[in-house]
Amino acid sequence: MKLIVAEHDGKSLSTATLSLVNAARQSSIDGEITLLILGHGITEIAHEAARYADRVLIADHPEFTYDPAVWSTAAAQIARQLTQEGQPALVLISGGRQGREYAPRIAALLDAPYLEDIIALTYKKGWEAQRFVYLGRVLHTLQTDAPLVITSIKSGAFSAAEPLKNIGGIRPAGLEPIRRRVRMSDIQSEQRGKVALSDAKIVVTGGRGLGSADKFEHLVGGLAEVLGAGIGATRGAVHAGWRPYAEQIGQTGKTVEPAVYIALGASGAVQHMSGANKSDCIIAINKDPHAPIFELADYSVVGDVTEVVPALIEVLKEKGC
Amino acid sequence: MNTLVIVRQVPDPAAPLHLEGLQMQEERLNFVMDGLDEYALETALRLRETGQLHGEIITIGMGNARQEETLRLALALGADRAIHIRHNTYADAMDLSRVIARIAHEENVSLILTGGSQSDSDSQALGAATAARLGWSQVTWVTTLNLNEQTLTGRHSTEQGNEAFALELPAVITTQPVLDEPRYPTLPNIIKARKKEFRTEELDSNRYVTLLHAEPVIKERQKQNLTGQPAEIATQLATILREKIL
Repeated sequence: MKLIVAEHDGKSLSTATLSLVNAARQSSIDGEITLLILGHGITEIAHEAARYADRVLIADHPEFTYDPAVWSTAAAQIARQLTQEGQPALVLISGGRQGREYAPRIAALLDAPYLEDIIALTYKKGWEAQRFVYLGRVLHTLQTDAPLVITSIKSGAFSAAEPLKNIGGIRPAGLEPIRRRVRMSDIQSEQRGKVALSDAKIVVTGGRGLGSADKFEHLVGGLAEVLGAGIGATRGAVHAGWRPYAEQIGQTGKTVEPAVYIALGASGAVQHMSGANKSDCIIAINKDPHAPIFELADYSVVGDVTEVVPALIEVLKEKGC
Repeated sequence: MNTLVIVRQVPDPAAPLHLEGLQMQEERLNFVMDGLDEYALETALRLRETGQLHGEIITIGMGNARQEETLRLALALGADRAIHIRHNTYADAMDLSRVIARIAHEENVSLILTGGSQSDSDSQALGAATAARLGWSQVTWVTTLNLNEQTLTGRHSTEQGNEAFALELPAVITTQPVLDEPRYPTLPNIIKARKKEFRTEELDSNRYVTLLHAEPVIKERQKQNLTGQPAEIATQLATILREKIL
């Protein structure tokens, strides 16, 4: 049994959900893949989802819009129905902020182990998984004998699955409405950059060293524009009110793993770099020669961002990139 | 009704790590209160100082004998009593949430605060798992928090933005460094803290997950310095970028 809880925007499945399908297919245990879709007005997604799973269960009702308690209760109910005593079984949740707030609840409800934000998973005699700890600086290998495990999968650890020719069956999940206790309102989306951070091959990040919101916009925004890069910000830049929290990279923000990470005026605090230290290549520009970022960078420029970055934008515009 | 603040001791994130086998070489490290937990404690203290929160603020920490330092610090900062759950071997959020939930019951707790993520386990599960074991709701990554009688209101961060929330106690709240800056302890308060109640319990050995292996994963970097006039540096950078992307 492999149960995936789908994340979606109401219209289509998220890329992270498609990578959960791949993780499930590669999970080295037999059994059908079930996709559970919770939300309201989601019939369209069910048809898309049927190309990725043996079975799609759908709970389409305002009661099932996202809430960590509601989604975890629903997923635990379905997992209980599908799990056969003693057989290896897997619940897969995406390792974004949302997934990581309801996945542990499923584990608590089922009294099962929770393997959090994992990058690898195998089943031999029991489950074995790998995950980063100590702000991304140490890799742990964990093992459990429990047959049923709840996992959240680190974003980017598995590629998105391809759709199958066989189309799975779609049926109602048959869940009773679940009471929600938290009332949410005034939902504000903060995404400002044109390129989503999760998909970006290049990320340009700015820190407090840029000096002002205007310079951030001009230098980080300008460089990201010519490179087609995603925009990131340090906690300091977000805290100063220059950039939205949705762009924050690090322990309290997002984790990215681009081909190139360009840090402008960022000191390179461990909390920030835990969200970027797996990048293939790191380029740092900072006027402070003692900034810790230079210990973590492939290419270092000790210099003034207001001189180097406009020059770089100019070269890239002239010759293209 | 009482408030429980989970504070944990972690290696100072600003210093290099020294791994030996499955654990850290403790004598080579500095340990500090986990940064995001500091905001949890500060939030509880401020809610009480502004008359929104009543009852005791109990602080709970899990870990080996050294964890006591961090709990004593929490007492010096203003917590009323401390509970130390001792364990020396690997335990994850699911193990720890079990004992925290039991203590929340015993201590008549209606609000639990802790950091949104832990900088040793890189886990965001402790608050959520504790809430689920108690059958409570949770709000994670809070940026503002107010309490009026039994109603908590505020804003919190989501994947793509932020939203306002309202819920009735009991609840678990996780914090981040956007809330009010944590205070420092004063010498008189450090001395007073020595007289506050400090209780120790052992964590049960009932675990699901075993730690098999630990290894450092610091990526080797080229560490190449680019020098020259801005225009020269720009040309070098452009070449590097073209190579990396194509």
